[in-house]
Amino acid sequence: MPLEPSQVREIAHLARLAIDGNDIPAYAENLSRILNFVEQLNLVATDGVQPLAHPLDMPQRLRADAIEESDQRELFQSIAPATQDGLYLVPKVIE
Amino acid sequence: MHEKTIAELAGDLRSGALSSVELTQAYLGRIRRLDPGLNAFITVSEEQALTAAQAADAIRARGQGGPLTGIPIAHKDIFCTEGIKTSAGSRMLDNFTAPYDAHVVERLKATGTVMLGKTNMDEFAMGSSNETSFFGPVHNPWAAAAVPGGSSGGSAAAVAARLVPGATGTDTGGSIRQPAALCGISGLKPTYGRVSRYGMIAFASSLDQGGPMARTAEDLALLLEAMAGFDRRDSTCVDRPVPCYAAGLGAPLTELTIGLPKEYFGEGLDAQVGDLIHAAIDVLRRLGAQVKDISLPNTHLAVPVYYVIAPAEASSNLSRYDGARYGYRCREPRDLEDMYQRSRGEGFGAEVKRRIMIGTYVLSAGYYDAYYLKAQQVRRMIRDDFVRAFEQVDVILGPTAPTPAFDLGEKTSDPVQMYLSDIYTIAANLAGLPALSIPAGFAAGRPVGLQVIGNFFAEESLLNVGHRYQQETDWHVRVPPGYE
Repeated sequence: MPLEPSQVREIAHLARLAIDGNDIPAYAENLSRILNFVEQLNLVATDGVQPLAHPLDMPQRLRADAIEESDQRELFQSIAPATQDGLYLVPKVIE
Repeated sequence: MHEKTIAELAGDLRSGALSSVELTQAYLGRIRRLDPGLNAFITVSEEQALTAAQAADAIRARGQGGPLTGIPIAHKDIFCTEGIKTSAGSRMLDNFTAPYDAHVVERLKATGTVMLGKTNMDEFAMGSSNETSFFGPVHNPWAAAAVPGGSSGGSAAAVAARLVPGATGTDTGGSIRQPAALCGISGLKPTYGRVSRYGMIAFASSLDQGGPMARTAEDLALLLEAMAGFDRRDSTCVDRPVPCYAAGLGAPLTELTIGLPKEYFGEGLDAQVGDLIHAAIDVLRRLGAQVKDISLPNTHLAVPVYYVIAPAEASSNLSRYDGARYGYRCREPRDLEDMYQRSRGEGFGAEVKRRIMIGTYVLSAGYYDAYYLKAQQVRRMIRDDFVRAFEQVDVILGPTAPTPAFDLGEKTSDPVQMYLSDIYTIAANLAGLPALSIPAGFAAGRPVGLQVIGNFFAEESLLNVGHRYQQETDWHVRVPPGYE
């Protein structure tokens, strides 16, 4: 099932990716080719097969709900695009 | 001295015939002279390397340290290194200085290795040719027009060109083994959970696994022993003792049964590559191994399963890059939405964007069951093929890649053709199994790799097969012309 340019725009929006309008047809073609390739999975009978999420079928480990991290705000903010008074700056959200 | 393996250099360092500072300077000199033609390094950390080498020499002078104390290595630029740029091959992280060390980096530091720098890679490890790197492609030392493979192409090229004796890599669908094969070196993807993923920039978390790349299986054993082990900061890291991998080398192969899956020798396999793999199997047969034909009937489904699961996980993992707290931010965003969209649109390259979009699509409402759930079911069928095979055989052998290194630009226009170069490596990631690639000859002057897949946590056995093979052959000591 080939993807329409409008679907590519919608997916790009869901993924928060700005895509140049001129590039949309090429993405539509490549993404369709990939989806067409993976379609062959639909021919496989999988009734009753448990989906595999972890190759060793291991459950997630739990730990005690205790604070283990120390405050490293200054270190982490030293690589931020914009900060002020210990806060991360982003464009204005509320007028 | 650049001709020596890690094991040989360790002997020279121990005896005092060589200091780590001398060794480090020699390799840094080779990088300065030869890397401009290869582009294997994104960052060379000369100053830190010399400081670490001096510290290693001081430890040696006190009669302390282990086999890796003072040995120069390089890290794939996907491992966070405190205070040093960690880019993942992306414009998104071109300005990112990691605030902490990955577990693998910590472990290798603690054993006294000397990091020379960070190696080039496909962007966020998404690629099989190193051509998706923001920092430009890496050239194969055996043929400058050829790709080194990917995604750990910088590590593979650097080891093959003798710019460093060993390096780290990561393998999500073949990213250690395929470049190792294409550059004529040895590389091991360990069992899922054997090596901590903490500080390793995430691509597809249920598949990603870090591992060593070096010239010989013996060197891989030394590096893996340092890299492996439990780390509670990775929730899927397995708490299980780490054997002394080097101690297990040299055991006879007379009790070994090798399985040859007929699906790995069919259509699509280059005839010369096939001949070399059969010749390698004959070497192991002469060493006493039994050989048995087997079948892994769902092999043809591995690549399609991978291209649902890996992009799905990637689209989720890469949602963290939003331009807010670190990494690339677009210029003068109009509003928050514009900041997200343009930071990501400009910060990611075309292949990464393709995979994020595929992942977003297959996880979206209405498509989840048809794609993602279906792929997870087939993933179990692929794993169960291996479980059944390992009831009959100890290791599975075949080619690492269907062809020798292809040319730069040859497969960039069709993503599916590029994906098919990982046709023999992807299944081991889906099943979580360890797998090794070692040099097995040359086709049209370009290296060919033999893949050895093992049962869960059978790294010792894989390394022993590789070591015994390398005692009988000399493919792994061949040097690319111009890099002698």
